[in-house]
Order: sequence, then structure tokens, then C-alpha cells
Amino acid sequence: MTGAQMIVHALQQEGVRALFGFPGGAVIDLFDQLYDAKLPFYLTRHEQGAVHAADGFARASGEVGVCIATSGPGATNLVTGLATAHMDSVPVVAITGQVATHLIGNDAFQEADIVGISRPITKHNYLVRDVDELPRILKSAFYIARTGRPGPVLIDVPKDVQQARTKKEYPSSLDIRSYKPKMNGHLPQIQKAVKAIESHKKIVIFAGGGVVASGASEELRELSKKINAPVTTSLMGLGTFPETDDLALKMLGMHGTEFANYAIQEADLLIAVGVRFDDRVTGKVDKFAPNAKIIHIDIDPTTIRKNVEVFIPMVGDVKRVLREMINLVEPKDQPEWRQQIMDWKRNHPLRYDNSNGRIQPQYVIEQVADLTDHNAIIATEVGQNQMWTAQYFNFKRPRAFLSSGGLGTMGYGFPAAIGAAIACPDQTVIDIAGDGSIQMNIQELATAVTYNIPVKIIILNNQSLGMVRQWQAMFYNRRFSQTCLRKNVSCPPHCDGSGDNCPTYVPNFTKLAEAYGAAGFLVTEPKEVRPTLEKAMNTPGPVIVECRILEEENVYPMVPSGEPLNNMIRGMA
Amino acid sequence: MRHIINLVVENQSGVLARIAGLFSARGFNIESLTVGKPFGDETSNMTLVVRGDDWVIEQVTKQLNKLIDIIHVTDVTENDFVGRELALVKIACPANKRSDASEIANIFRAKVVDISNRSLTLELTGSESKINAFLETLKAFGIKDVARTGPIAMLRDSNVRPD
Ligand SMILES: Cc1ncc(C[n+]2csc(CCOP(=O)(O)OP(=O)(O)O)c2C)c(N)n1
Repeated sequence: MTGAQMIVHALQQEGVRALFGFPGGAVIDLFDQLYDAKLPFYLTRHEQGAVHAADGFARASGEVGVCIATSGPGATNLVTGLATAHMDSVPVVAITGQVATHLIGNDAFQEADIVGISRPITKHNYLVRDVDELPRILKSAFYIARTGRPGPVLIDVPKDVQQARTKKEYPSSLDIRSYKPKMNGHLPQIQKAVKAIESHKKIVIFAGGGVVASGASEELRELSKKINAPVTTSLMGLGTFPETDDLALKMLGMHGTEFANYAIQEADLLIAVGVRFDDRVTGKVDKFAPNAKIIHIDIDPTTIRKNVEVFIPMVGDVKRVLREMINLVEPKDQPEWRQQIMDWKRNHPLRYDNSNGRIQPQYVIEQVADLTDHNAIIATEVGQNQMWTAQYFNFKRPRAFLSSGGLGTMGYGFPAAIGAAIACPDQTVIDIAGDGSIQMNIQELATAVTYNIPVKIIILNNQSLGMVRQWQAMFYNRRFSQTCLRKNVSCPPHCDGSGDNCPTYVPNFTKLAEAYGAAGFLVTEPKEVRPTLEKAMNTPGPVIVECRILEEENVYPMVPSGEPLNNMIRGMA
Repeated sequence: MRHIINLVVENQSGVLARIAGLFSARGFNIESLTVGKPFGDETSNMTLVVRGDDWVIEQVTKQLNKLIDIIHVTDVTENDFVGRELALVKIACPANKRSDASEIANIFRAKVVDISNRSLTLELTGSESKINAFLETLKAFGIKDVARTGPIAMLRDSNVRPD
């Protein structure tokens, strides 16, 4: 078998259902093999689209997402996507071509040291120097990507290695002596945690992306019900606990709900499950959960005690550890605490002003949620669109919210939605976008149209880079430096956003959709929102719905960066 | 505090870059790093000296453990250990000062490894403090060059301490 044949063989052995990628000289041998292989291949229009699509495929399905790119610029175009997957612990295998081994280090045509470049943004990576090593490396890459704390793995395969022959077989099993994720929790620690649960009265569970990765939503629900503890989630944990449940606190942190943030600040015991205490979650870290002892369960020991002091650390697979805890803990209630939570939820709900006759972005999200019975797979871009989706959709299940949480990558949502739609062909897949972000990977409309992938893009068009503009409005004296997307050469250098003769917005998204052969709808009135969304859902293939929303709407509540969680700016009354 | 951390790593290309990258990306400082292959070509042993408070050292050891190519991480400073460095020192030493120099060498149990009309090169192994003291004493001659490894270290099984 040649190296290229071995790669195809490995992909088949690993049960890969879809490949995303883009060809080039250094992978031409591999693509030659793919020409006849029975492996669905999706040609994206940019390598960034390929890696995000692989990531979206992985997040929606729980399988490993796979993408392929050529050497040099093909490989460097993967960088943002790898970093995105790395920050959010998503299993992706990226295969890149490399110049022939004898040329490596010579600044050869289209040579880039992608193994060096991607080292800090992958879980692991390999340069294959000998075709005989290829089978073991391929097997290890898939194994490492999907086990433990998942993450992206890159394999760089020089052109001559793709051409060379090997007699080695693809291994059926694998033992990596230096990589043995610890799955089972330590029983004495679990017993300690159970004791702590029994002796506290204001318990909050805080769930994150680790619960999704480990498939532990059921255990999370069981534990919450058994001890009557409310559950808040990070952005990455959205959907692990049904957000309409009485015990749901929804998202916490910078744009979390008031009731989640109050509950955190009042709690006496915090059970943190599969989270890493990001600064967007904790606010000022030494004022985070000041009255609580923290139990922290995570498969990655480095997350424990990295940002916050932990009372009971537990390293292990959260599904197993939660199961043990459920088995050992006595049922309990915390009626006063539940009452307090109910009061907070009643008195401080998420809310927005619906009285100005303009389309409110929050309203659009509520309508999308209602129309899809809170069951669609929702990808988002980054910024206000992402936060409004997180706040107002009310997710019911895991793997239904795909968003770049850790890296905050604008341009992630649309290609990720394409990947998700390919992974889950019988589900509705929607990208909620900002008008800025969507332009970062808009070329993938060609991919969606050519493969007839029915992703619906809903653009919340505020004609600006809204989230940055919000910070400028709140903390930078309305100095809107480079955040207005209408601005053109005729505008004065300074403009605080109140101009009457603003230029027309570019591009015309409806025509853009049509240029690609997709359908496009423009909505300017609140009453048109629902019917247009219905029309979009009933239109086959990819659709863009552009909603002209109130330009200067902000995301509230907001905890200013570096403040404690209870210092929330509420916005409207 | 100063910690000596022993690593056993797969002898793969890029391991050193991974370790160096980890330290620079997370803002930890490596004071010294020694690499050798005492057990053949498959694995390498490394000794790192790292300075930091408990939090830093805990993160360093956990992050090192997380690197896929690292097989074993031991913080020897947590236990009783033997630590040794090797130094080569070239001092200015005309013929008439040789006996003074060799007296000092004898006291420290250093070896003379090169000799010329103007200089003398000495070799010494020992604990860090012993090597510091040796260099201090040799200053009187004029030190022309020093090559010094970082420490390598091993846990003690006994409680006996010969020095
Ligand atoms: C690739 C990239 N560049 C820059 C940023 C910084 N950034 C964060 S949010 C944001 C504005 C996004 O604007 P838009 O997509 O229109 O969304 P909105 O906030 O208006 O909903 C920017 C520029 C980013 N997150 N990602």
C-alpha cells in the first residue's frame, strides 16, 4: 500500500462519514486516491471553512471531524480553525500535505513548518518521516483526538511519504504508554464530595463543555433532581440541562442571567462539572463565588486549581464520577434556597424593550426557538448575535448549540453549521449570524449550494460590529472607531452614530444569496419576522434571512470585565 | 522555591520544542535543562530546574504530564535527592602558580584536564553549592571561562547523606 492509500484505508477503518478539504500540489497523491474512494468529500471554498465544518460535524455528532489541506498556505489557512477546536476541546483530525522530506527545511515552494506553527494550538501533532510509521500515527491521531479531554490533532505528511510503499498494516488496537487519561474518580474524594453535599444548604451545580464531551447530560439531570440543586452552565455547557426547567439558572458570567450570577455569589457549595473557570465566567476571580466551597470534576488535571481554589478536586470522566455521586448521595431538598432562586428568577428575568417598533434581535431568537420547538441545531457567529442566542433560545439538549466559546472566532458559525447539517441530515440547522461575522466565511455559500446543504442563515444586521460597538458605547465615550459597517469615504472621520445621511449598507445580502444560487429574504418590520422565518424553513436548500434589527441594541445584563459577578449593568428597566 | 523536575520522554523530534513552548506560552521560567539518553535511543531523560511558588510548580508538573510524549514527571525536590552538576573551569595560571591551583583542586577533589603555559582547566562534579564555592575560590586566579551543566538529580532510597 502507498502512504496515500494507507490514509484512505485509515479513514475508512475509523468510520469517517465525511471529509472536508481543499486540494493542492502536496496532497495531490492523496486526492488521487480519494477520487475512487467511497468517502463523501465536501470541497469547501477556503481551508478555514473545511476545518470549521469538520469541527461543526464533530460537535453535532460527537464523532471525530476530519479535514484535509495542502502544504504551505493550505496548512496555514487551518490555523484559526485548529485554535478554535483546541480552545473548545473538539475532536478534529487535520491531515496536511508537506513538501518532500528531502526538501524540508529548504524554504521549498509552499513549505511551511505547520507542525511548529500548530504545536500550541493542537492537542498533539505529527510530522510523518517514514511511511512505515504512518499507520501507527494515523491510529494514534484518532485515538488522541477523541479520548480524554478531546482536541484537534494534526498529521503532516510529506509528498514522498504519500507515494512510498509500506507493508505495515493498520493497527487494530493501540497502547500509548505516555497517554492514559484517568477515567475513574478517586472513591475517597467522591465520598468527601457526597458528605459536603449532605452538609450544605445553598448548592449550585455549574456545568460546562466537559458534560457535553463526556455525554453526561442524563447524569447531570439526575444529580440535580436528587439533591434539588439548581444548574447554571457556561456557554459551552448550554443544553446540557434543559433551560426551561425550574432548576435551570441558564448561563452565568459576563452576559449570564442575573439569577445565575446571584446564585453563584450566594451559594455555599459549588459543584463544577467539566468547566475551566474562564475569565468570562468568573469575572473578578477572587470575588467569584465568595461564600462557596468548590467541588471540581474534570478529566484534565491542569484545569483544576488553575484559576480558582478548589475544596474537593476530582480528576476523572465526569459521566462516571457523576454516576458514582448519584449512587452514593442521599436524596435531599433545599427548600429555602429553591424559594430564593424562584424569587430571583421571577424578579430578575431576562428582558428587553419591545416598544419601539423596530425588530429586536432577542425577539428574532425567540421566534426561531419557538418555530423549531427549541430543537434545531443552532450555530452562532461571535459577538452580540452569539450572546442573544445563548440568552434567549432556551436549549433543551446538548450538541445543539455550536459556538466558538474559547477563541471567539468570527466566521465560525456558518461553516460549522454546514458540518453539522452533514452530520445530522434529518435535523434543522440554523446559523445565527452578525452582519460582520457572516462575511468572514461567506464564500461557503458555494459549498452549501453545490452540495444542497439546507443551512438557514439568519443575519441579525445591526450594520455594525455590534459587540465591539457596545464596548465603545459603554466604556469608550462613543468613539466608534471602525465598528460602523456602513461607513464609506464620504463619512466624516468621527461619527457617534447619529448621522441622518448614512450610506447604504454593503453588501446586499439578498442579492448575494441569489448570486450564489441560494434564496435570500430581507425583513425590516417586526411583524414580518415570523412569516419570513416560516418561509425560509419551508424553502429547500440554503437560505439567508437578513433581519434589519435595531442598530444600537446592547446585550444585557453585563458584568464589566474584571468586576465581580454581582456588579451587573442591567440596561433597561 | 527552586524545583528540580525529572522527565522521561519519548525520544521524538519536537519534544524539546513542546517543552520549551509550554514554558514560554504559559510564562514559566526554566533555569536549566539537561538532556541525556541513559537507556538507549527510545527515550530521553531530562532534568529541569524551575523556580516558582506552589501554584506554578503544580501547573508546571500537570502541564508537562499532559504533553503526549512525556512518559514520566517527578518533582525530586519533594523528596530526599542527590543533585549533581558538572563544571569545567579555565583559570589564568602561569607555571609558577600551578601548585597553588592544584592544592585548591585537591581540596575540592577537582581534576586537572588541560594545562598550558598560561592556563589550567579543571573539572569538578558536585552539588550546586560546592561548585559555587569552587568558582568563588578560583576567582583569585582570574577565571577565563566556565562551562557548567545544570543539575541532574536522583531520589535517594536511603536516609544516609554522605555529604
Ligand atoms: C476573527 C475575529 N476578529 C475580531 C474579533 C473581535 N470581535 C468580537 S465581536 C466582534 C463584532 C462582531 O460583529 P458582528 O459579526 O456583526 O456581530 P454583532 O456583535 O453585531 O452581533 C468583533 C469584531 C473576533 N471575535 N474574531
